[in-house]
This record gives sequence, C-alpha cells and structure tokens, in this order.
Amino acid sequence: MKGRMRSHVNAVDQIATGTHGLRARRGRTLLTALGIAIGIASMVSVLGISSSSRAELVAELNALGTNLLAVQPGSNTFGETVQMPEAAPDMIRRIGPVESAGSLTKINTSARRNEHIPTTNGQGLDVVAVEPDLFVTVGAKPAVGRTIDDSTEELPVVVLGSVAAERLGIRSLADGPRVFISNRWFDVVGILEPLALNPDIDRSVMMGYPAAVRELGIKPAATQIYVRTDQDRVEAVRAVLGRTASPGAPNEVQVSRPSDALEARTKVDQNLQNLLLGLGGVALLVGGVGIANVMVISVLERRTEIGVRRALGATRRHIRIQFVLESSLLSALGGALGVALGIGVTIAYANSQGWLIDIPPLGVGGGVAASLLIGAIAGLYPAAKAARLDPADAVRPM
Amino acid sequence: MSVANPPAPALQLRGVTKTFDGPTPVHALRDVDLIVEQGELVAIAGPSGSGKSTLLNVIGTLDRPTTGSVEIEGSDAAKLSDRELAGLRSQRIGFVFQHFNLLGGMSATDNVATGMLYQGRRAAERRREARTVLGRVGLGHRLDAKPATLSGGERQRVAIARALVGDPALVLADEPTGNLDSSTSEEIIDLLLGLNAEGTTILVITHDNELAGRMPRQVRVRDGRVAA
Repeated sequence: MKGRMRSHVNAVDQIATGTHGLRARRGRTLLTALGIAIGIASMVSVLGISSSSRAELVAELNALGTNLLAVQPGSNTFGETVQMPEAAPDMIRRIGPVESAGSLTKINTSARRNEHIPTTNGQGLDVVAVEPDLFVTVGAKPAVGRTIDDSTEELPVVVLGSVAAERLGIRSLADGPRVFISNRWFDVVGILEPLALNPDIDRSVMMGYPAAVRELGIKPAATQIYVRTDQDRVEAVRAVLGRTASPGAPNEVQVSRPSDALEARTKVDQNLQNLLLGLGGVALLVGGVGIANVMVISVLERRTEIGVRRALGATRRHIRIQFVLESSLLSALGGALGVALGIGVTIAYANSQGWLIDIPPLGVGGGVAASLLIGAIAGLYPAAKAARLDPADAVRPM
Repeated sequence: MSVANPPAPALQLRGVTKTFDGPTPVHALRDVDLIVEQGELVAIAGPSGSGKSTLLNVIGTLDRPTTGSVEIEGSDAAKLSDRELAGLRSQRIGFVFQHFNLLGGMSATDNVATGMLYQGRRAAERRREARTVLGRVGLGHRLDAKPATLSGGERQRVAIARALVGDPALVLADEPTGNLDSSTSEEIIDLLLGLNAEGTTILVITHDNELAGRMPRQVRVRDGRVAA
C-alpha cells in the first residue's frame, strides 16, 4: 500500500452532493424554501416600495423646489389673531434674494353652485382674494382657461383650485360655468392643476383683490404670503421675513416652509418601513426554524444514506458539510425566489402608483446573503446530528 | 510498508476482540485470527447473533476492535486516524449491503460513481469508470435507470458495481442474496464467482449454509469465535 490515504472530495462534487437531497425531494424542497421566500420577498418589497416612493418624493421635491416660504399672521401676546400690514407683500418683494412673492386673503364667505344651496354648505372650500404674482410664486398653472392676471383682477371672475373645481362639479369652461358668492355671480375663467405643496390653494376659489374689495368689501390685509427665494439664500430670507412683513411686531408673524411637510413624509415612512422590515425578519426566522426542522427529519430519514456514504469513505466532516450545504442551498433557493417575488411586487406596486421604480441593490444582495446565512445556521444542528451517526449502525435497517 | 514478495494478505486479523460495554458486557468477538489472501473468495458463515455482523464492521473499519489488530494489505487500521480510515474505506474496501442501499433519485451510473466520490476524483472520470464496471456486472443497458425502476437483482448488481469501482483490495458482501428470490440469487452468486475468477478478493458474510457452501473457502463464526 502506497503511503497514507486521505478521504477527499473536490469542491464541485461537494456542492453537487449538497444538492442531492434537494433534487430527490423536489416538492418538499419547494415548500420548505417557500418560508424563506416569503420572508425575503416581504423585506425586498418593503425596501423596494419605500425606496421607490422616496425616489418619487425626491423627484417631486426637486421639481417643486425647496425654496418656497409661506408667511402668515400669528397671534399677539393676548392670544388674538393679528393682521399683517397691507404693505407686507411689497416690503417682502424688496428683499434682494426674493424672486417673487404673492399674497392671498381669505374671505369669510362661501362659494356655491347656485343660490338655492345653503351658505352653510361651503364644502370645505375657501374664497380668497389673490395677487396675480401668487400664481408665479407657487408655480400654479391653469389646467383649463387662465389664471387671475392684470387684465382679470378687476372683473367679477374666479379661478378654481383643482379640488375646488371637483367639489363644485366644474370640469370645463365649455358652458360658461358660474359660482354664486355673497349674492352675486362670478364667472369661472380657469381651473388650476393640482399643487403638491399648496393644498390650501387647491381648495380655493380665487378672485383678484380689486374685485374682492369692490364686490365683497374686504380689507386687503394678506392672510398668507408665499415667497419664492434664491435657492441658496432660503435661510437668510427666512430670518428676515418676520421683520420685513411686520416691522412693528415681527414675532407676530409665522414663517414656514411647505416642502418641510413633504420631507417629513419620508421620515414618517421610515418608521413604518422599520416595522414592516421587522415583520419580514420574523417571517425569515420562522422560515429558518422550518428549515432546521425539515433538515432534522431529513437526517432521520436518511440514516442509511449517511451510513452508505461513510462506508464509501466519507468522513464525519464530509457528512457535516453535505448537510450544512444542503440547508444553505435550500434557504438560498428560497432567498432567490423571494428576491424575484419582491422585485415583482415592487414593480407592480410602483407601476400602479405611477412611481419611479427603484430597487435597492443592498436589499437584493442582502436578501440572498441573509438567506444563505440563515440556511447555514439552521443546518448546523441537523448536520452535527448526521455527522455523529455511527456508520456501523446507520448501514443496518432499523 | 512496501508491497513485498510474497504480497501482504488482503486482510489479516490478529487476536481481535470486541466487547460492547453495558450493564452486562457483550463479548461479540473473542480472540479472532483470520487471514484472507489476495484473490480469495471466502464465506464467513454463522447463525444470527454469532458475531458475524460485528466481524463485518470491524473488517470494514466501520468499527474499531477492542483489542487486536486489523490489517488491510498490511496496513494496520488501528494506527490510522478517522480521516485516514475513511480514506482507506474509500480506496481499498468495497461494501455490498443486504438491502442494496442505493441512493434514490440518482441514476445507476451516478450511484456507482458515488463509490469513487470520496477519492476526490473528477465526476467525468468517475462516471466513465462507473459505466465500465456496470458493463462488467451485466448492466451496460441500464446505465441511466433510477433505482426505483430496477428489479431486485439489478439493484444488487448496481450495488456490487459500486463496491467494485475503483478496484478495492477487498469487497465485503453482507448477505448479498438475502433479499432475492432463488433464481436471482443464483445469478448474483455466479457474478461473484466470475468477479473472483477475474481476481477480485471477496468476503461474503451470510447465515445461509447453502450459499456458504458454494464458496471456495468457508469460515464459521460461532459465539464470537472463528473456526476455520
């Protein structure tokens, strides 16, 4: 006999041996892998959907710009709501980095389709007076018709926000729609596109200041001023807005940034995402326990195979590797299925929402890696059990 | 440890005992001496409980003796590590089990090729050898058949081919006809005789005196002792 012999299996064969049990019992393999698949699919789709949704928000934010500020009167030290000086919009427009500013004033009345509808039924809509500059400042464009401009601000006409138009049941200007405001008819000359940052404007029925003063007798003190600034000077402008709008009582003015609300939405989503990821993790854990269970059963059923392999020259280590590999591959199969499923769900959901599709590579890579790891851990105990079997016992029928 | 002249016996047992510990220790083998020369076909016969299964496990290095030595081709199994023992089994010993113990879901060729898996040989090479050996046992026409589609006799031929592949020093056959009808048994006995005529050293373990009687040499086991 020449030298000492070592039992040895080349790597390719070791992997092929690891798949033997899986190929021999396809139905069981698929069902067991399904547990992991569900866990990975839920994690990948949660990551995919939230990152697609965030990609959409970021794209939206970039399109809208984060350089829009809103100024509105606050309350004084006695808790009473104050009025802003009538000159406030003009004062603000004189700040250097301000590109445009437009004010609006809420009018305490309601807009109705006709005089028979009670005034109490305002449908949550505001009637407001607006400066023509407001439309430029917030980026409002007419879906149909026109906005309030220099030539229409004197006339008894209104422009409707998208929500206002819908609630009033006005979809086109074809048959000359009118609305009834404080005992007087106003012609509708335009309907705006929806505005992501200004839902209050979406809900407004807008007319020019001169018309509002003449027809409804309002005082033209702004209840809201929108300010578009140089993108790089937003904070500087923000700091001086209070003083500029109301030099006598700067702390009675509130300044906000509408895009902050949109940004906050991405953070609210984060909490929900963590929760869903946690649930996916629980599914993975359950899947891993399922794999460990099936592997233990498999080892019991395959005593003879283990004994035969030992008789054919497998070491304990070969047997251990075979079962850990089998368990890992089983889990990785589930992981791959889950990734495919998760990507499918993400694409389907993003498409249904009209979002950009963004599948995080970290989620995909992490999903497969996690499933491999879970499989390897789940296989440790069954593999140790298999390796401990006494070959002399294992080759004999029980 | 070179192959000297005359060649080392295929198998040599010296003073082998095996005792299973327990409340009442079982002396399964008592001071067994046995030499099997290369090219022999030997029947190890004895009733159940005589210790012949233990003897098979000890000869096959699946179990270590309590005392005494087991030499395969002059190499003492007691001096080998577990990994080296596994290597010895993979290269020098072939097993044929009573219940065939083929791996389901694998073709006849792949089952036989598994006999060389733990020698670290490449799959293509193993399959080539496997096909050759399947031809030798008369199964050249069922290379791709799965065990479930084979008859009992065919399964035992696959099992014999698996033991033969890689040209071991010693083939151990445990009740090779135990699960077969008489005419199939006859075919398997003829096959074993034929393989031995070609030079393979074979040990047949059986409780069947008639089968043992067909072999050129018989070794009787009773109460853990060997009477040659």
